Amino acid sequence: MTDVLTITDLGISFATDAGAVRAVDGVTLRVAPGEVLAIVGESGSGKTVTAKTILGLLPETATASGAVILSSKDGSSESNVIALSTARLRQVRGTDVAMVFQEPSMALNPVYTVGWQIMEGIRAHGRFSRKEARAKAIEILGRVGIPDPETRVDYYPHQFSGGQKQRVVIAMALVLDPGLIVADEPTTALDVTVQAEILDLLRRCRDEFGTAIVLITHNMGVVADLADRVAVMYQGKVVEEADAQTLFSSPQNDYTKRLLAAVPHVGQGVVHAAERARARTDDWEEQAPVVVADQLRIEYPGRLGRSGFTAVDGVSFLIRPGEVLGLVGESGSGKTTIGRAIAGLTRVTGGSLTVMGHEMNGFKERAFKKFRSDIGFVFQDPASSFNPLLTIADCVAEPLVVHGRAKNAADARTRVNELLEAVQLPRAYADRYPHELSGGQRQRASLARALALEPPLLIADEPTSALDVSVQARVLELFAELQREFGFASLFISHDLAVVDLVADRIAVLYRGKLVEEGTSVAVLGAPKDPYTQRLLASLPVPDPAEQALRREGLRRLREAG
Amino acid sequence: MSDATGSPAAQKRSAWSRLPIVHQLRQSIGLQRGMLIAGLTITTLFVLTAIFAPVLAPYGFSQLRGADGAFGAQQPPGGAHPLGTTVGGYDVLSRVLWGAQTALFVIVVAVLLSIFAGVFLGLVSGYFGGWLDRISVVVSDAVYAFPSLLLAIVISIVISGGKSNLIGGVLAAAISITVVFIPQYFRVIRAETVRIKAEAYVESARVLGAGSGRIMFRHVFRNATRTLPLILTLNSSEAILTLAGLGYLGFGIEPTAAAEWGYDLNKALSDVTSGIWWTSLFPGLAIVLVVLGITLVGESLNDLADPRLRGRRAVGQTAGVVAQTSVVPGGTLVAGPGGLGGREGAATHPTDGLEDRP
Repeated sequence: MTDVLTITDLGISFATDAGAVRAVDGVTLRVAPGEVLAIVGESGSGKTVTAKTILGLLPETATASGAVILSSKDGSSESNVIALSTARLRQVRGTDVAMVFQEPSMALNPVYTVGWQIMEGIRAHGRFSRKEARAKAIEILGRVGIPDPETRVDYYPHQFSGGQKQRVVIAMALVLDPGLIVADEPTTALDVTVQAEILDLLRRCRDEFGTAIVLITHNMGVVADLADRVAVMYQGKVVEEADAQTLFSSPQNDYTKRLLAAVPHVGQGVVHAAERARARTDDWEEQAPVVVADQLRIEYPGRLGRSGFTAVDGVSFLIRPGEVLGLVGESGSGKTTIGRAIAGLTRVTGGSLTVMGHEMNGFKERAFKKFRSDIGFVFQDPASSFNPLLTIADCVAEPLVVHGRAKNAADARTRVNELLEAVQLPRAYADRYPHELSGGQRQRASLARALALEPPLLIADEPTSALDVSVQARVLELFAELQREFGFASLFISHDLAVVDLVADRIAVLYRGKLVEEGTSVAVLGAPKDPYTQRLLASLPVPDPAEQALRREGLRRLREAG
Repeated sequence: MSDATGSPAAQKRSAWSRLPIVHQLRQSIGLQRGMLIAGLTITTLFVLTAIFAPVLAPYGFSQLRGADGAFGAQQPPGGAHPLGTTVGGYDVLSRVLWGAQTALFVIVVAVLLSIFAGVFLGLVSGYFGGWLDRISVVVSDAVYAFPSLLLAIVISIVISGGKSNLIGGVLAAAISITVVFIPQYFRVIRAETVRIKAEAYVESARVLGAGSGRIMFRHVFRNATRTLPLILTLNSSEAILTLAGLGYLGFGIEPTAAAEWGYDLNKALSDVTSGIWWTSLFPGLAIVLVVLGITLVGESLNDLADPRLRGRRAVGQTAGVVAQTSVVPGGTLVAGPGGLGGREGAATHPTDGLEDRP
């Protein structure tokens, strides 16, 4: 049988404000029927642009060269997507190739029922009566695992959970039985337990529908879980292409090796944690804790006539001086809320939260102000955590100026240079503006700002989740290094168990606002007691196809048991 | 910056090319550039005319007689009066040129009066929220519903009993515009402030313990003023239209106090039916041109400010350098200060978020 997709010497350039930028450079790929090809790479490697070309979804500012030959599933027709007219392109989309988007809540129109949206696709390609289309929609919803499809076909997107929405998006892609599905980061926006389910569904797409899948992702664990063949992209080029087993066991290209080495594994941090535990003095346990939460409860007020939303419900923990507590949970579990409450950004509504001996329940900004210099905060998104109109030096000097340690930014410059040195940024970067730094550099500058006053407590709210995996590895290393040097206590918030494992002494697992498990990293990750922690740990894909297959089996058993 | 650290292109740009309008002019292409240049040309001409009106105009704005006697009423264009004379016996060309001065005066006074109050109120109201915010929003909504011309007439009567001199007429127009514009500035700045208040850099300033005043003026204010040039141009053209409307309705400035296009149009009303076209055409044309010029500048600035609307040159098939990926050769933190330059995707200028996407 012929390949469903053949890309030959594809080149794409974009017109930007800074001149022409080459996004894809001589890419040649092919996808056989019923095969899962994963394109991996970091931000800016050109993987998403390549995927969009397959559907002819390039913006007007792009210029493409080369050929993208798409065959229909029965092999009857072939078309070069780059040269197609708009009308022909519309016929090809949906029937020959379909797309699954990253953010399911944005790919669905909130004002129409999901049934209507699936039917729209059906009726755009051929004559179907409303009844037939509806029957088809119900059938496909059932096949992607939406329970009770006859009723739910008339539901609106907001009535589904995130994972179910992604199932609906996949149903929309599958409904016309295309030979190829392009899935652009299909699980990035989802929690790790939901991600495992969606990956199972995509595997079923391949096995039951015989659909080939082009999977775009930066997550090596996802690749190991699903892909048959892997193409690694770097700076617009395919640097390595091999079947999944070979790529993970014996990568050839240097970049691939580095990329694989940078992926954090659960279990890596145990040695560090044990080292730190040994270095502690005997009376460490008796020292006054930096943060004590006792039956902490945080509610967000509801709108008029509705009850409020309880984000954190009766959580108790403590952080001792010099200790890193990793807080893990899925989106909506309340982990960020706890971090914000400690920094005084969110009000505590019940229980007790003591930060540096200051009670945060019923806190007054004026009374808390002098404690502010004792807390550093690193934000999740490096793109927005700096004032775009101030230079890095001004931003890092800000805490020094606010707390009267320096008169102005120029006065604080010596200290700023020291701090940038500590986070291993060149001094010259101090005069740059935030947008002139890459994400990883910005996050390091963010660490420098948080540490400017040498606070005994640092709150890191998902500091690496917006970063590429290789950059993440460096920032985590730096964090561990700084923690050794400055000895601050830290609350490290993350959704990724493997990341938390690298830096934390103890791990606390949150689930729907409740603390389900807490203990040393070895205990929580090695022998989790709570069923949720077990599921969370089992859902985390590892970058090794053979091991991942075993884990998948384990997760299936866990699900059946639970 | 040494080469070793790989200074980005943005730093090499001179201070001159980063000035607001110059920057946009260099950035634009095609139709958008044409619009901007046309608008800028008309606006510059208008400002120059206003400044040099005493030199450019052959006669004074209230001059009725030259060296060889009275001008005479409704003289057709030609001879000593290239654009003819009005029914009152004034030289049309001189009145049109002097009128630019009055128009500019109104714009400056109206914008100055409204911008400070509007921006300050928007900033405070958006940042603190609460009851102050609610009251301000309700008041500004109420003012929106009020017709500005009616207000201008009332103010004109209050200030000078309807028959105004230069100061009175200009102030009447300016104050009525101010009252209507403060809510506009207020609304825009407030919306931006509310948005920026939730940005991580403002929260990080709060975590540091910075005071409200410092956060408002150092972190919020400058980031909230991006859209100001746009409203400023739109308001300027509306200021001129209000002044002209006042003059047209007979609440304008007396011809002896200043030249004013609306007043001249009002007086030319009866001329139109008797085939005297020049008395109404030229003041009318002046109003249209100035409003058009300022609006063109505003519109094209608006388009250029939005990356999705901004036009760009098409690129060749193989053009362009490959965008940097953020991977670090070496992968470890062994390099010391200064040694990291040029690594980790150094000097990647953001290209509409191409590289910044996670």
